[in-house]
Formats: sequence, C-alpha cells, structure tokens
Amino acid sequence: MENKIKTDDIKYVAELARIKLSEKEAGVLSAQLNDILEYINKLNKLDTTNTEPMSHALNMTNVFRKDEVMPSLTQQDALKNVPDGKDGFFRVPKVI
Amino acid sequence: MKQQYEIVVGLEVHLHIATATKAFCGCKNEFGLKPNSGVCPVCMGFPGSLPVLNEKYLEYAVKTALALNCKISDKMKFDRKNYFYPDLPKNYQISQYDMPLSEAGLLEIIAKDAAPKKIRIKRVHMEEDAGKLLHEEDNITRVDFNRSGTPLLEIVTEPDINSPEEAYAYLLTLKNLLEYLEVSDCDMEKGSLRCDANISIRPAGQAALGVKVEVKNMNSFKGVRAALEYEQKRQESLAQDNEKIIQETRLWDSDKKITQPMRTKEEAHDYRYFPDPDLVPFEIDPALIKKIKNNMPQLPAEKKKQIIKDYGISEYDAGILISDKAMAEYFLKCAQSYNQPKIIANWIISEILKYLNSKNMEFRYFDLPPAHLTDMLKMMDSGKISGKIAKDVLSDMITSKKSPQDIVKEKGLLQISDETELRAVIKAVLRQHAQVTKDYKSGKEAALSFLVGQAMKATKGKANPGMVNKLLKEEMGNI
Repeated sequence: MENKIKTDDIKYVAELARIKLSEKEAGVLSAQLNDILEYINKLNKLDTTNTEPMSHALNMTNVFRKDEVMPSLTQQDALKNVPDGKDGFFRVPKVI
Repeated sequence: MKQQYEIVVGLEVHLHIATATKAFCGCKNEFGLKPNSGVCPVCMGFPGSLPVLNEKYLEYAVKTALALNCKISDKMKFDRKNYFYPDLPKNYQISQYDMPLSEAGLLEIIAKDAAPKKIRIKRVHMEEDAGKLLHEEDNITRVDFNRSGTPLLEIVTEPDINSPEEAYAYLLTLKNLLEYLEVSDCDMEKGSLRCDANISIRPAGQAALGVKVEVKNMNSFKGVRAALEYEQKRQESLAQDNEKIIQETRLWDSDKKITQPMRTKEEAHDYRYFPDPDLVPFEIDPALIKKIKNNMPQLPAEKKKQIIKDYGISEYDAGILISDKAMAEYFLKCAQSYNQPKIIANWIISEILKYLNSKNMEFRYFDLPPAHLTDMLKMMDSGKISGKIAKDVLSDMITSKKSPQDIVKEKGLLQISDETELRAVIKAVLRQHAQVTKDYKSGKEAALSFLVGQAMKATKGKANPGMVNKLLKEEMGNI
C-alpha cells in the first residue's frame, strides 16, 4: 500500500505541535499512522447513505449553565505550580 | 493616464459580551480584578476540566445577530482553533468554524457626505477571549488569565467597504447599535471592542479582488480610518510602480502613523480546527429566537424615525441625538416635561455637547437632572431669564448641581423687563455713546447692535433684549 502519510507530513504536524522528532522517529510514526488510517478506513466500506452526519460522539444537544458566579481559585492557588510568578502574574520569556 | 484604484475592505470586530460570568465557566466576567484572581481549572485549561456554555451568552449572541439582520443557524457547534501563544492556556481557543451561530446579515451605514449603503455581514460567531499579556519589563512578558475564557462575538463583514470613511461609519453605526442592545459596554479602552481590517486594492472596474493585507493593532475607530488611509496610499504606490503587494499581516503604529509588517516566524497559519469534544452541539430553539425578537429594544434607526415623527426634529438633528443612546434618552425625558422639543434638541446639541466635548466626557456620565434643564428652558421661555443668562445658568447648574430657580434667585439673574428701569439704562448708554447714536441716525444700521450690546453689558446680560431694542429705537427717535 502506498504511504498516505509521508514523513514530511509528520514533520509538519510535529512542528505545529511543537514536538521535536528525529528522522528515525518521524519514519516510525509515519508507518504507524498509516496502519491506523488503514484500519480506520474499514469504516468507509459501510453504507452511510441514510445516516445523518454528526459532529459529536454523544447523542446530546443544548447543555447549558446558568449565568451565575461560582467561586474562582485564589490568586495564590492559581499561581501555585508556576515556574516563574511574581506580583500575581505568570511570567514567561518575552513574546513580542 | 494614471491608473485609478478602488479599495476593498472587510472588517472583523471582536466584541466583549457583558454577561456576569465567563463563556464556559462560572468565573466573574469582570474587568479590573486583581491579576489571576478570576480564574478556575476550566478557563486555565487544566486537564480534566469541562467547559459548559453560559445560556446568557447564547441569548446575547442571538440578540446581537438578530439586530444585525443575520440568519440564525438551526444547528451550531464549537470547534478548537489550535495555536501556541502564552495568552492561551489550553493551546487552543474555543471558537466556531464551519457551523457558526449565524450568517448573512446586513447593516446600513451613512458615511460622511454619502448616501446610505448596506454592508453585508458575513457571519457572527461565538468564541472565547484569550488572557492578557503585559510587556512592560525587559525580557519578560507577564500573563493575566482573568480575561481568558470571557465571551466574545466575532462580527465579520463581506468585503463591501470601499473607503476608510465607510469603515469609520460602519464602526460608529455598529457601536451605536450595540449600545442600544445593551449586550456589551463597548468600551474600546477596556478592549471591549476591537477591530482588525483586511484591505486590498484593484484597478477601478475590475471584479477580481487584489492581494489582501491584514491590518491589526488599531485602538480606536479613528485609528482604523487612519491605518486604512495609510495602507491605501502604500498599496497604490506599490501598484503604480509595478511592485508586488505581499499577502501579510501588518501592525498599525499609532505614534508613527504607519503600518509595519508583523514580525513572525515563517510558518503557515494552520489552526487544525476540529469539533470540541467537550462541548455538545446546539440546536437553537425557534421559541428562544421568537422570545428575543419580541423583547428587542427599540434600535437606533427606529428611534430616529420616532424622534422625527413625534417631535418634529430635523433628520440631521435626530441623527445626532440617536448617535448616543444616553443622549436620545435624555432628550426624550426632557421632551416629556417641556413641550418645545426643538428648543430642547438645540440646547442638547449645541450647549451640552459643547460642554461634554470640552471635558472629553461621554453623555452617559452627564448627570444634570433633565428637570433642571427643562425648568431653565421654561424660565427662558416665560421671559424670566434672558437667553444669554440661560447659558450661564446651565454651566452653573452642571457644576453646582443646584436647581435653576435657586441659582437665579441667589445670583439675582432675573431678566429686567421693567420699562422704567430699562429706559434709565438706555438713556445713560445713549449719553455715553453720542457719536454712535448719530451714526445710527445717519443710516448706519450696525450701530444699533453695538448699543444693544452696551445696554446688555450695563445690566450684566439681564436686560430683556426685545425691550432693549424697542426702547433704544424710541429713545433715539426722541433725540
């Protein structure tokens, strides 16, 4: 079977997802993803002429919440696990 | 001959919706909280947390879309827009991609010195806001997630706007409409209303669109207009020189008054949208749409018609009155207690607006009780005070908060309409200005207004001007 997902596709997606991959890893993943795709492809053999398209796995719609204020985290708790925080702010390397 | 170009603009407005809580969690949707004190696992994107849609957010969104004449979708869903930036704790923004809240709307605008024009609205969709980044320190960006997850509407036009002036008019009209809807505070300083623009040019008469440039970072409507004017000139001069216009994002620099390419890493925008599995799809209940339609407040266009029809105000003045909801309400309140709507409109449009502009103040913060204005106008009407004194009383009322009756009494500003008293004043004026009197008698009409002015001055503006005129003529006839 021809490889639907090429190593370049893997590298592109990895870059978008900020994942560093070696050439070898990209090759392995490309093969694995192609296997997965091939497996999933079995679904295409089903006749879905009379099946409504859906965008969610649950057959459920309109789940709402009332516009009522609930307690938030305290500033202290919000910053509890932060590698770099000061004066109530998260601090990251400059992004501008 | 020099090639003529047409500019084509589409605008994207991000509107902050003023619900009590955020879009998908119960944190306060409030500006000005202590940094990172209005956050929870949902809006901070902690694993395992579950977003749930705020029903009020949907209601306000439907209300806004209806007011923009959009078609509300039967079904809508939320999608994840994936990108990495420190203001986005989940690394995706909950937004809407291929099944948005609404599409195909219209907003009528009137640009300066132009005929009304309908701008098509492509779509109005719901999405959450990101956190706020502060870049004050060297090498460090500080992040406040209080804004993260607050509800927004993105309002996107079709490329129907053909001048910077039209873009400006569109934004003013939109803001005006939104103020009447009361779904947002529309405060640009707080970032409640933000606007990005797409602009391209094409040779006049050509149907195909040119290469599109996105312009960001305008922090006022005037800034949008100025940025588009700059970009129009820039693109036209490139085209004249046969140089290529590059598809890119440029940032408006409001100090230098130029746009500059945004510095980004060379990477294609690929947001890898997919349905958010945490949020179920929504079917918008026709009963909800009907309920919102039935409770729709009077919108500016309708209010303008009412003011013209019921109060005989000119089209132009009515346009000014409705341009600010608070001003229109103020006018209507005044008109209830004083049956001279044109006089009320004149005083609001000339004197009160002049005062507010000088203070750089919005009408909604103007706290003079309407009854004080109408009481003062009635005193003027009945001849108790002169028009000139009325202006002084108005500024006094605004600062001292006293009633016009009290001010007039305390300062002795009642108009002098007593004939004996005025005649004495006028005789004195004529004695002092014998030469001017002679000029008038020898046919110099303008001399009269000088003498009226002197009589007004002698009475500190309290003389009844009609009587001064009449008595002056009489007395000069006797000389």
